[in-house]
Amino acid sequence: MKFLEEKIVKALMYLSTALVAAWVVSILWTILSKGWGSMSWEMVSQLPGGGFYIGKEGGFLNAIVGSLYIVGASAVLGLLVSVPVVFYLNVYLRRSSKLGYAARLACDVLFGIPSIVYGAFGFALMVALGMRASLGGGIVVVTLLIIPIFIRSMDEAARGFPREILDTAYSLGATRLQTIGVVLRQIAPGIATATLLSIGRAIGDAAGVMFTAGYTDSIPTSLSQPAATLPLAVFFQLSSPIAEVQNRAYAAAAVLTLIVLVLSVGGRLIMNRFSKNKLQ
Amino acid sequence: MVDGRILKDRAAGGVMRILTITAVLVVVVMAAGLVIKSMPLLESRPLGGLLFSSEWKPLRGEFGFLPFLAGTLWVTAIAIILALPVSLLTAIYLTEYAKPRVRKYVFPMLDILAGLPSVIYGVWGVLLIVPFTGYTLLAGGIVLGVMILPLLVSLLVEIFSTVPDALSEASTSLGATRWQGIKRVVLRKTFPGIVASVVLAVSRALGETIAVLMVCGNLPRVPQSLTDAGYPLPALIANNYGEMLSLPLYEAALMFAALILFTVILLFNVTSRVILYRVEKKFAL
Repeated sequence: MKFLEEKIVKALMYLSTALVAAWVVSILWTILSKGWGSMSWEMVSQLPGGGFYIGKEGGFLNAIVGSLYIVGASAVLGLLVSVPVVFYLNVYLRRSSKLGYAARLACDVLFGIPSIVYGAFGFALMVALGMRASLGGGIVVVTLLIIPIFIRSMDEAARGFPREILDTAYSLGATRLQTIGVVLRQIAPGIATATLLSIGRAIGDAAGVMFTAGYTDSIPTSLSQPAATLPLAVFFQLSSPIAEVQNRAYAAAAVLTLIVLVLSVGGRLIMNRFSKNKLQ
Repeated sequence: MVDGRILKDRAAGGVMRILTITAVLVVVVMAAGLVIKSMPLLESRPLGGLLFSSEWKPLRGEFGFLPFLAGTLWVTAIAIILALPVSLLTAIYLTEYAKPRVRKYVFPMLDILAGLPSVIYGVWGVLLIVPFTGYTLLAGGIVLGVMILPLLVSLLVEIFSTVPDALSEASTSLGATRWQGIKRVVLRKTFPGIVASVVLAVSRALGETIAVLMVCGNLPRVPQSLTDAGYPLPALIANNYGEMLSLPLYEAALMFAALILFTVILLFNVTSRVILYRVEKKFAL
């Protein structure tokens, strides 16, 4: 009897795991094959032309560039904030510190807050400050959105950091601040992976930039102009009743998926490759 | 005289401390901002009326959130019912049965699934699910279920792998099969962690916006069945914010929607994270 149960459960487990694999393949296949079929060079290299939204000429370069601007800027800003925080949490604070506990909890909680709430909150703040939907606003909201991911994933990497190395540095007379070079070099693969993870999350986020960055057909030339983003390009064009416009949504979805795939595979490679050389 | 290096060390410490405290304060500032912005609505209407009335007519100043709350609950419930058994079985398989070689292929797949943007799930839903279900709650639930699956599996894998091997070995040595050991030892030991993971996954599902917006149909009526169109809270905010803000109280109403989401998700997240920290600590040697 118990062996029968074992067999049934095992079969169910195989089935579930296969189902998960099937989903991954189904999603990737649907998006990439549909997108590849409608992709053309024009789409990724041109701005929307006149009559773009009734299916005439043009592409979604505006959205690609807009997304890159927002993601690039917020990754840099995010790093500038989160590296010091992670360093502080792991070198300055004791393991049992209350502030450390609160900060980690806050980041985990912020990670769980949906981006639509960030977007609505950010937009309300911008209105209060007299700003309109703009590249700058989008960058700020996306930065807020990815800082918790940055901090928590780097923090995980820093936790594995051997304390003995710190003690060695202290015994040579280094201050806590001076150990930063050693620490950063040790957790560099963690930082790289965290960055790729955060970029992946940032580039795919639609709800956060919907009101804060707005949408436009041109490439923004200053922080106060609105900026288009890839997820919104997919979203808006898919809701069009015209087939040509929908096709562009599929192509934009495929571009977005490819970018995210490269980031995810890259992150994993860095993690596997460089964590082997770590001092144990 | 204090050494310059030590001064620098302390100054940097101070700056970093402020940054860290700011990270904690963001939660508080967000809560305060949302409460302040939804005050006009909360002051002029009783809370019970807002939450349990199904009349949503912004033009006439009627703001009943029941259709949206019901829509949110329906899609979340469908998502969890679909995702939980699959992720439990997958997580058990990966931690207790699978060979390292299998894991090497499945984990990156889960990473990919976790990393795909919400809008991509939306496109997939429109292309593959909607033709069968129509723009309904069911479509939203299925898409959401697939979306929360990687989160659920990775949380569960993490929890199961904290259980010391000695425990299941002890049960095997008494003649139990592997599954009996899992059922009576591993699952029982990790039960609080499993509940916490489910709560986290629920809160992720509650806030998912774009994908749900794309497949749910978005009709502001209280849904009667799975095959009705629904209008979850995040979709309400995404669809309407930025427009018609000149209507009296409309902005406050949308902010109140964000506040509901924020409050529920905050509570869920804090409790489940605290439980998860305890579970990790309990088994950490």
